[in-house]
Amino acid sequence: MSDRRDGAPEAALDAEAGVDEPDSGASPDGGHASTAVSTHTVRLELVDEPGQLLAALHPIADNGGNLLSIYHERGNKTPRGRIPVEVDFEATPDRFEEIVDALRSEGVNVMQAGTERYAEEVTLLLFGHLIDTDLSDTLSSIEACESASVADVSLAAPQGTEEVSSARLRLEARAGETDAALAAVRDLAAEKDLRVVEPLTGVEA
Amino acid sequence: MRLAVIGAGAVGRSVVELAGEHGHEVVAVADSSTAIVADGTGGSGGEAVGVDPDAVVARKAERGIVGDDDPADALAADYDVLVEATPTTLGDAEPGFSHVTTALERDRHAVLANKGPVAERYGDLRAAVGDSDGQTRFEATVGGAIPAVSTVEDIEPGHVTAVRGVLNGTANFILTRMAAEGLDYDHVLAEAQDLGVAEADPSFDVDGTDAALKCVILANVLSFGAVDDPADAREFTLEDADVSGIRDVPGSALRLAAEDGRTVRLIGEATGETVRVAPRLVPENGTLAVSGTQNIVQIETSHAGRLNISGRGAGGPETASAVLGDVGRLE
Repeated sequence: MSDRRDGAPEAALDAEAGVDEPDSGASPDGGHASTAVSTHTVRLELVDEPGQLLAALHPIADNGGNLLSIYHERGNKTPRGRIPVEVDFEATPDRFEEIVDALRSEGVNVMQAGTERYAEEVTLLLFGHLIDTDLSDTLSSIEACESASVADVSLAAPQGTEEVSSARLRLEARAGETDAALAAVRDLAAEKDLRVVEPLTGVEA
Repeated sequence: MRLAVIGAGAVGRSVVELAGEHGHEVVAVADSSTAIVADGTGGSGGEAVGVDPDAVVARKAERGIVGDDDPADALAADYDVLVEATPTTLGDAEPGFSHVTTALERDRHAVLANKGPVAERYGDLRAAVGDSDGQTRFEATVGGAIPAVSTVEDIEPGHVTAVRGVLNGTANFILTRMAAEGLDYDHVLAEAQDLGVAEADPSFDVDGTDAALKCVILANVLSFGAVDDPADAREFTLEDADVSGIRDVPGSALRLAAEDGRTVRLIGEATGETVRVAPRLVPENGTLAVSGTQNIVQIETSHAGRLNISGRGAGGPETASAVLGDVGRLE
């Protein structure tokens, strides 16, 4: 996992910590709010290989997290074909941030930590010579973009495979990276002479 | 107010017809080759009287002329407000631009229904206003009857973060029908042409140019309105807009959108920094998914949340109402 990929979520956590500081400084008993232990839930995405779960639990225990429960959804797969795991643990807010950072630097994909979601959903349309321009290659190229994965595809080719066809794609993007994901799709579409109908993001119409 | 109406298309004619109801008097009307200028006599008490609106409209309909005078006479007439309602032209925005500056040089006001001068030469227009005691207003250039520009001005452009919406009724009619009937673009376009909703050459509407001009105007209002010194503002023209139209949107794309509770609308967006017009996915029953030839303007504000104003975005009397509203604001 590259550093660039980690940038946005870390920045978001930093901003959140910044907001908390005035409160903790004003604490009348002189105590520091970030020393209060509370329960946190993180949702992780693991590759289906031996030892992955243990590797994901180490950063939690090593950074002062007190493991409470682990829900390993073996029957389920995430859109990337990985296994979702939900872990509850107790930690102070400072430690919690360190744990999330540590998980990331170990290459574990943190889909959700606390109330903050690390996956945003975005639906868009693609149309043009989708099949002639190798739809599976198009989808793989979107997958290869680190900001997003393809969660769902619906294809309509009413005039056969050689004519203009349309596809509806549901993408899951990392938090704050929806714009990057859409930009990647735009570039890919321009390269293959396809048209994109983007959603109005950030507009609850 | 005494009005000189330049341009005798649907909007110009409606201004002539409705001016009286709004308490204004039309003293001159011109089309591209003829004009009528009131001679200022004939009132029972010796007061000035304007041109006879019914006679002007009848002459235009029957003989294709508005009167026996020269268009230059209309520009030189004794008016308070010049109404520029000639067809929108791009680039140098002539002859509309010169009509407006002629009024400003005489320290008269100008109200525009013509998008060209405000979209393509906003900076030049501001400079001309700066040298004049006259003002310009142009509510009718964006969204027909919808008070988009004046609402942005009331909120103050510095407190508006973005304006977006459906700003072309023809494109919206086509997308609405394609989605509702499962028909393809060419079929629905032919239907729209039969109904008079689309022109014989629909390029201006379906390629997004018309919506883009409106967004460029809004971007100029936002950009110039947010700074104290106009030299600090960024001027927008059509060239600055990122535009794609609806011509190649297949029916199958609209069906896939509908399966997911969504639909496609040609959405224009303007901020003080960008202008973009493109077909976009919106919730099928959402605010922006207006039907048929309806338009909607959505204004995103810093402190007042989001405002939505929908209504008729085109039409003679509708657009004339916006023109006459502007005239009222100049009193």
